Amino acid sequence: MVKVRPRVPIPKRPIDERIRDFNEVVIGYDKKQAIEEANRCLQCPSKPCVKGCPIGVDIPRFIKFIRNHEFEKAYRVLIEKCPMPAITGRVCPQERQCEKECILAKLGQPIAIGALKRFISDWAQAQGLEKVSQEEKSRIQRGRKIAVVGSGPSGIVVALDLARLGYEVTMFEALHKPGGVLVYGIPEFRLPKKIVDEELKYLEELGVEIKLGIVVGRTITLYQLLDEYDAVFIGTGASHPRFLNIPGENLNNIYSANEFLVRVNLMKAYMFPIYDTPIHVGKRTAIIGAGNTAMDAARTAVRLGANEVYVLYRRTRREMPARLEEIINAEEEGVKFIFLVQPIEFIGSGKVESVKLMKMKLGGPDHTGRPKPIPTGDIIEFPTDVVINAIGFHPNPLIPRTTPKLKTDNKGRIMTDQFGRTSIKRVYAGGDVVIGEGTVIEAMGQGRKVAKTIHLDLLRS
Amino acid sequence: MPEVFEILGKRRIAPKVTEMLIYAPYIAKSTQAGQFVIVIPDEYGERIPLTLVDWSRDKGWIKLVFLEVGVSTIKLGLKRIGDRVYHVVGPLGNPSKIDYYGKVLLIGKEVANAALYPIARELKLKGNYIVAAIGARSSSALVYEDELKSVCNEVYISTDDGSKGFKGYVSQLVDELLRRNPHYDIAWIMGPAPMMKECSKVIKKYDIKAYARLNSLMVCGMGMCGACRVRVRGSVKFTCIDGPEFNAHEIEWDELINRLNMYREDEKKALQILLSKIKR
Repeated sequence: MVKVRPRVPIPKRPIDERIRDFNEVVIGYDKKQAIEEANRCLQCPSKPCVKGCPIGVDIPRFIKFIRNHEFEKAYRVLIEKCPMPAITGRVCPQERQCEKECILAKLGQPIAIGALKRFISDWAQAQGLEKVSQEEKSRIQRGRKIAVVGSGPSGIVVALDLARLGYEVTMFEALHKPGGVLVYGIPEFRLPKKIVDEELKYLEELGVEIKLGIVVGRTITLYQLLDEYDAVFIGTGASHPRFLNIPGENLNNIYSANEFLVRVNLMKAYMFPIYDTPIHVGKRTAIIGAGNTAMDAARTAVRLGANEVYVLYRRTRREMPARLEEIINAEEEGVKFIFLVQPIEFIGSGKVESVKLMKMKLGGPDHTGRPKPIPTGDIIEFPTDVVINAIGFHPNPLIPRTTPKLKTDNKGRIMTDQFGRTSIKRVYAGGDVVIGEGTVIEAMGQGRKVAKTIHLDLLRS
Repeated sequence: MPEVFEILGKRRIAPKVTEMLIYAPYIAKSTQAGQFVIVIPDEYGERIPLTLVDWSRDKGWIKLVFLEVGVSTIKLGLKRIGDRVYHVVGPLGNPSKIDYYGKVLLIGKEVANAALYPIARELKLKGNYIVAAIGARSSSALVYEDELKSVCNEVYISTDDGSKGFKGYVSQLVDELLRRNPHYDIAWIMGPAPMMKECSKVIKKYDIKAYARLNSLMVCGMGMCGACRVRVRGSVKFTCIDGPEFNAHEIEWDELINRLNMYREDEKKALQILLSKIKR
């Protein structure tokens, strides 16, 4: 048996300190730690980790440069494939992607690829490194015009890739700040907005124009965009919250996770009344669902001062869709988990006072391959004063509704061919509006693929 | 050229009621009667929905009318001509279903009377015969009487204190009008939720179809958050993307009214802080 050195621990702020503010929890490696961790990499010639990366970052190469103290070179390797590594280094579910494939994972702990990525990106931001060289900028000849609808992960990559190829790109964002889910959804303590702003400068560097407060489908129609632009990319994400459709769901203090997170992240309700947007956090807050959004909501509720925060989930810990790191963070921060329960009714007069839960058991695998939760018939009543529903999202229906020719499936997802072409000529789509609910990196990977399609189609036309 | 979101005009049209012209050419270009905008007064502000009362596609302005009742509307009202509003997005919501119906009854109360105006104007262009029943607490709080008179065939007024027109609630005025002549093809109701609930009850007696324009609390205004959800005919709808107008007889009014009061305590607290700042 080969003996493998354990991973250099990734420093985090102490629990009792971090739960009192919204500052970032993970501190990240310093130089010494990063080099030490990079030294653990076996530099396998077969590069299994690269296969696990949805956008194909040459992981062993950038790690090799870290080892050699050549940080700028490491950074250049990173951004060759990954346009916003400071973001993906923080939010990717590495344990299911690159780190899962790492040979060391089989022998012990995999290389902390995410943490190394983050180290290099933060180093580069601190140095003020530009992502695009002056030389490349001067080479770019602006030609045909592209409209990108939505400024989240998939749209960002489409805009960047096409801008580098010389297209004149305009992004349309419905909210008053760019970044999509990176800004309204993912909390400050996991992804500081300063980091997002820094990474978005890349768009500026490449001359991408961002128009805020433009709701495509309302302010301007898709057809109007087609009159003005050679191609349109729709990356409006999956932001339309699903509800349980059970009695009592419209009682006060029952939030969708999106409402809760938008109030806190985008509107800064955690600083009410300095900021005007209010938020309610309970003495006993219940989060329904167990994905990343649920963990974000739970940890946000802890920071807002909820006495007790419970995650209610219809399966067990093993099936939780959230990133492992977030589950651990939530557990460390005192979030409690109740497994094998499904809400069937909210009770209260005016405000929610309790939720009736059906006890579940696990059955055979369903269409997702996970064991299917089956009602046992036992019902318990769980007292709670704030409920956050994080059971998932549908794609936003606004563009399909106002563009009847745009084909969608029965879940409201925009239908495309495997290259990202929709049912309307010159209109493309990618990210969560096509795949349903994915991760930031999956949306970015899709954006890259669709950008290529747009480029090739326009070359041919 | 004015800056985007610059205030071009401002006028007090009743105590605490302000009419404001904002330069927003994109929005003006695509607005249809019945739509609204989300306004953020300043960088600390909330996103609040306000009805688009009028607009000029040529000059690029939109017109809003609001009651200065909470932190956001007071902040907005404090802005002067030439100032910029932090952010405006729209037009949002589905346009009103403007068509030829025949005889139409438009019902409003106080600041919402202004929201009736664009709908009345478009309905008039379609050749409808329009009767408006508008109310206020008192004659001083009555707005948009002249504007509505210019586009309606008949305008009736009620005041709670009897200082002008019919003495009583607008729902009582509507009952009176319908008792005299119940032959209307459709109605629109706009105003505070309890008033809309009462008016809906009255109209239902006469079996007249009615749209109510809901003033749910909102955050995003574009289907992302569900803050504005309301139960209509038993199913959950979002006021922002499914409305803002729904069949008045199918709305669960008590639930809506309850949700409108969700942040009452927070609003009071924020208002006190703002008012003490203004005084200083």
